[in-house]
Order: sequence, then structure tokens, then C-alpha cells
Amino acid sequence: MSDNQHAWYGSASPDQPEPLSPGLSAGSPAAGFGTAGRGPRLLSGGGRRATVVSAMSTVVLLGVLVAIFLAAPGSSEVRHTFFDLHDMWQSFIGDPRKGYYSVGEAIWLNIRMFLAAEAMILVFALVIALIRQSTGPVLFPLRLLAMIYVDFFRGVPLLLVMYAVGFGIPALRLTFVSNQSFAVYGVIALTLSYSAYVSEVYRAGLNSVHQSQVAAARSLGLSQGTALRYVILPQAIRNIVPPLLNDFISLQKDTALVGVLGAIEANQAAQIYGSTVFNYSSLTVAAILFLILTIPLARFTDRLIDRDRRRRLAGAVT
Amino acid sequence: MTGADQPGREQDAWADGTAWAGPAIAVEGVSKSFGPNQVLNGIDLSVAAHEVICLIGASGSGKSTLLRCINLLEPINGGRILLLGQDVTAAGIDANAVRRQVGIVFQSYNLFPHMNVLANVTLAPMKALRIPRAQAEEAATELLTRFGLADKKREYPDRLSGGQQQRVAIVRALAMQPQIMLLDEVTSALDPELVAEVLDVIRELAGAGMTMLIATHEMGFARDIANRVCFLEEGRIIEAGPPAQLFTDPQDERTRRFLRRIVDAGRM
Repeated sequence: MSDNQHAWYGSASPDQPEPLSPGLSAGSPAAGFGTAGRGPRLLSGGGRRATVVSAMSTVVLLGVLVAIFLAAPGSSEVRHTFFDLHDMWQSFIGDPRKGYYSVGEAIWLNIRMFLAAEAMILVFALVIALIRQSTGPVLFPLRLLAMIYVDFFRGVPLLLVMYAVGFGIPALRLTFVSNQSFAVYGVIALTLSYSAYVSEVYRAGLNSVHQSQVAAARSLGLSQGTALRYVILPQAIRNIVPPLLNDFISLQKDTALVGVLGAIEANQAAQIYGSTVFNYSSLTVAAILFLILTIPLARFTDRLIDRDRRRRLAGAVT
Repeated sequence: MTGADQPGREQDAWADGTAWAGPAIAVEGVSKSFGPNQVLNGIDLSVAAHEVICLIGASGSGKSTLLRCINLLEPINGGRILLLGQDVTAAGIDANAVRRQVGIVFQSYNLFPHMNVLANVTLAPMKALRIPRAQAEEAATELLTRFGLADKKREYPDRLSGGQQQRVAIVRALAMQPQIMLLDEVTSALDPELVAEVLDVIRELAGAGMTMLIATHEMGFARDIANRVCFLEEGRIIEAGPPAQLFTDPQDERTRRFLRRIVDAGRM
């Protein structure tokens, strides 16, 4: 197997799949990580007996946790404050006349902000990564700027960026720029912050494509741009889909931070409910809604990682 | 005779590759160093059209670097390189235009792993020469058929043997219809039983009159196919001559020493 294939299939040795996430594999003889050839699985293979054992151990574990919760001295207050079904429903549907918003409606703002930020991050981060990967001496000032940008926004907490953008830009009183909604400033802040991280992911992807691929493309007379577009980027992006999706799962949650500006997103709506009715079951509703959003993406990411591993294993047999 | 002397002819040569009567490749006093490491040390070499020249020498003698310099993948530090009469190392030269005339095949194939065989072969004609897809695919299919790869058209590189991958790499370079082919130890990464199929392809190219500069460790093959063989050591051409003479009656002590080691290793 040649160098370029090593680069393509990633650095992990194909015959030693490293566990990416611990699997609950109580059924296997040595209860550890299920790595039986196909990588870690939530339910390890092993037939009906294994399924029964894993089901039982799950029930026992959950039972213990619930028992501890119920036995706690403050259990009934906590249940009333955070898990009251009536309040959960009320906060979900909302009631403007009583002074609180619907959490269920507010989550749509999170979804819209997430989608807008994601699209902008994908483009902006790629530009930053390409600038940082450039080599021409003419582009040195741009490279320096890009480096400072990445260092700065990776180093400053997102919350501070949110405040700076959300309260700073309106204070400038520029026409058009300064009178956007808080959601717009929130998306800008998210884009600024996440692009710094995602550009590093892109960069890792670009570096994972072996130099010989560049040589092969250029030797055929393809220009640098064409080589990048058709040869380097497709391979780079394929290598970084899992880490990229991982960042986007995190981005979905962080749309909640836009609430600090006053935008009525799910978390903010839940807090308003809490401080109006003095019951925080609304926060549980917000948490459940965020989980409904993030879990499918997380499972999808796992599937991609799994598929990538299988392809790598298949490719190793030559 | 240089391109600067005859600008008119130079244009013709670049238009169809046949009008130029001088050497296809003229390497004049080329030197190249990587930092303090002098890899090429004043190389002079002239390759006539339709000539096949084999470069032999130990690893690190500069064979691969010379080929990469001719393809402009490495900038040179001194001397100049003329291809079909044009100085391609002059300032302001369009490296992409030069590379379209000069195919290079690497030791490690370097096929694009995310594309199937057909896409590998048609990418450069479509994107660099702006040939329409249908026409590029037709030409590619013809080439693949000629080299016994027609049934692999839709396969991805990781499904092919090393020999098949290397043949595809050669076809990919040929699809640009280059005037000159540079082959950089194209059989070195192959299992012994796969070497022959690749060498057969090169033989066919030589038979068809392709101008080729071949860096190789296959001495028997070099003796068979080359019009001339050049022995390199420490970035210099120590000795050059027809294979019959160079392999049987080497003049330089260093050539003799190298060939003795090859014979002792059972490679010849």
C-alpha cells in the first residue's frame, strides 16, 4: 500500500481499530469495549443471551439512579420545580397574556440561527484555512491576520464575543449595520467564534491529503485552483466530516447563548417562564428540545465514523 | 540550437510537437540543492525526439530529482532546461502549459483515490484542456482498452492491483497527449510478478515512438529498451552510452563498481 493511500485512509492502523466512544457491552465475556471487527457498537453482538444481559444491567443501573433521586431529602421539591408536567406543558405552548413565551415556538429560532450560522461557518472557515495554508510571500499579511483571528476567537469565551457583537455593534449607531435583530448579531458572534475552530478542522483535513496527490495533480497541468477544487478538497472534506459534525452538534447547543442578548430562543423563553411562574420545569422542556435536535446529528456522526472505518478496512485488503 | 535563436520554430513545436527538429529535451548544466544538500551537480543531457533514455544509479543519485525538475515540480538552482526548443526554466513561463506537454508517472502511482479509473484519466483533459466530457471519455476508453484496462473503467483505485494502478497512472498521463514521458521508477513499488505488465506498457510506448526519460532499477529492461543509458552518481552523469556498451564495457570505475553491486545482488 502506497503513501497516498495511507493518507487517504487516515493515520489509524486498520487492524487496530481504536475505540472512539466506550460501548455498553455488558454482554461480552470481558465486559469492555466492543471492538469485534466492526468497531465499537452500542449493543455488542453475541446473540439473545447477550441482549437479555445488557437489557437487565441497563434496567438495574437506571433503577439505582432513580432510587437515589427519589430517596434524596429534597427530592419532592426538585420534582415539583423541574419536572412538573403541568408547568412543562404550559411553558411548551406559552401564554403571552400571562407574560411568557412558548418554548416550543422559540426553539425554531435556535434552529434557524443554527442553520444560518452553519452555512456561513462552512464557507468562512474554509477561506481562513486556505489563507493559512497558502505559501506565497505576497499573502504573508493575510496569513498573519488569519493566524491572529484564529488565536483570538479560540481564546475568547463565546459569551464575551456574544456581548461584544450584540451590544457593541448597535452602540456604533451605523445605518443598516447597527439596527439588526439580536438573532442576527447572535449568528455573527457564533460564526466568528466557530469559524476559528472549524478552520483548524479544515486545515487538519487539508494536511491529511498527501503531498504526492498535489504533485500528481499539478504534473498533469492542472492549475493550483483546479487541483485544490477537484483533487485536494474532496479528499480533505471526506476525512473531516466526523469532527466537523461534532462541532456542529456543539453549535446547536450554543445557539442558546444568543438568549443573553435578549433574543427569545428556547433557553431564554424557558428562563422567562421560570422567573414569571417560579417554576423551572420550562428548563427541562428546553433541555428535551435541544436533545431532540442534537441526538439525531450525533447518531448520524457515529454512523459516518462507522462507515469510514469499514471503508478503511475494506481498502486495506489489496 | 536554442529556442531563443529560433522563436518561430519554437511556436510550431509547441503547437503540434512535430515541427521541432532539435532535441526534445535539452538539460544544460542543471544544478539543484535542497538546503545544503547538493542533489544535481551540473547535469548535461540531450534527448532526441523518439529516443528512450534510461537513468540508472543508486538511490539518492539524483535520478528522480532530475525528472521532477524537468516537469517543473522542483525549481532548479542553476543551468536551464529546454523542452522542444523552449527554455522552460526561464522566468514567466507558464508551468501548467509545460506540464501538459510532459507526462510524468511516479513510483507510488498517486492515483486520485476518490475517483474511479475513468474520472482519474479524464480529469486533466477536461479541466486543463477543456475537452468536452463525452470526447474525453471516449479518448480515455480507447487508451484504457489499448492497455487492457477497459473492464476496470468504473473501479476505484483501491480495488486494483499495484500493476493495474500503475498502468492507469500511465494512461492518465498519456490522456494529455504529451510529447514527452518521464517515468520515475515506476516498477519499484510493485511485487515482482506485477512488474512485467507495466514494462510491457512502456515497451509499447517506445514502439509507438514516444520520447521517454526513464529512471529505473530494472537493468535488464534498461538494456532492452533504451537507446542510451546514463549512469548517475552524486548528482552527476558519470557515464552515458548505448546499453550494449555501458553494461558490458563500462569505462568509468564508478560505473563498474555500481554494476558489480547490481550483479552481486542478483538484479542483472
